[in-house]
Amino acid sequence: MSAHSDHSKSSPLPTYFAVWIALLVGTGLTYYAAKLDLGPFNAAVALIIATTKALLVTLFFMHLRHASEKLLKLVVFSTIFFLFLLLALSMADFGTRLWS
Amino acid sequence: MPDSQTATAARGHSLGHNPALLHHFATEEQQRNSASFGMWIFLSTEVMFFGGLFCAYLIYRLKYFGDFAAASSSIDAALGGTNTAVLICSSLTVVLAIWAAQTSRRGLMLLMLALTMVFGCAFLGIKGVEYRDKFVEHHVPGPSFSFEHEEIPGHPGQYANPRHAEIFFALYFIMTGLHALHMVIGLGIFAWLFWMAYKGRFTPEYHTPLEIGGLYWHFVDIVWIYLFPLLYLIDRHR
Repeated sequence: MSAHSDHSKSSPLPTYFAVWIALLVGTGLTYYAAKLDLGPFNAAVALIIATTKALLVTLFFMHLRHASEKLLKLVVFSTIFFLFLLLALSMADFGTRLWS
Repeated sequence: MPDSQTATAARGHSLGHNPALLHHFATEEQQRNSASFGMWIFLSTEVMFFGGLFCAYLIYRLKYFGDFAAASSSIDAALGGTNTAVLICSSLTVVLAIWAAQTSRRGLMLLMLALTMVFGCAFLGIKGVEYRDKFVEHHVPGPSFSFEHEEIPGHPGQYANPRHAEIFFALYFIMTGLHALHMVIGLGIFAWLFWMAYKGRFTPEYHTPLEIGGLYWHFVDIVWIYLFPLLYLIDRHR
């Protein structure tokens, strides 16, 4: 994550405000989508919106998009990978137990 | 501070380097990247920290879905949603504070840092209101816990198992409590950052503490972005 003092061509401000609006819209969407009956997709929709918001924060607010280091992006990716490994394998275990 | 190491300027960089550059780094960019990398590694451990709790939550939610839905409907989603918006605004003020540091806008930087702390306190205040409601309704796990005759949403006549609902509330308090603890630490960090900014320590060339403090704050925001739908919005359409 390198922030140069001569902050290149254009101001980052429009991006920051656009992301902020998108995050607020996403929050409202999550709240109102929860009130609709989407059957089994309620949880999926909520998590997809939450993941999009998390990605926006990570890429733009935490400046990961403009990070010059590949190692940093690798570390972030592997963190998420191991979290999903935990969740996926736990679900594979508990989700396939047939006893109550 | 490298003030004492005056004469031994390392070969390869000019005498006029920023005094914030420590001499075991070759360039300011390397120092900045190292600081950022260190904070990201720490955030990875935090993901593991919260990840374990999320996994526990996931397992019990699937196992006791109806009971969890009943328990979830007793916490205020409007307050939770407001808190989400509060944290999103605080993340904006953090990046604006960093931009202000990059563009030598001292007043704006201080204002944005102060606003971040105001939003953080607002979040904790709303959380306090929610916790109070839970205490009053006897939804705090422990001897005084009571969750009788609460209908499972969408299944009229079926009542939630209080023991299973108690698991929801245990996870609710532990996860939001751990998150709130991180908020308090974040407030401390930002109070310190405000103090440093006030003393004029940050320049367009050096404002690394702001950046890595910001990374921590954004992470806390992201955790809440996931906590909100998972805890507050189970089966709300019924």
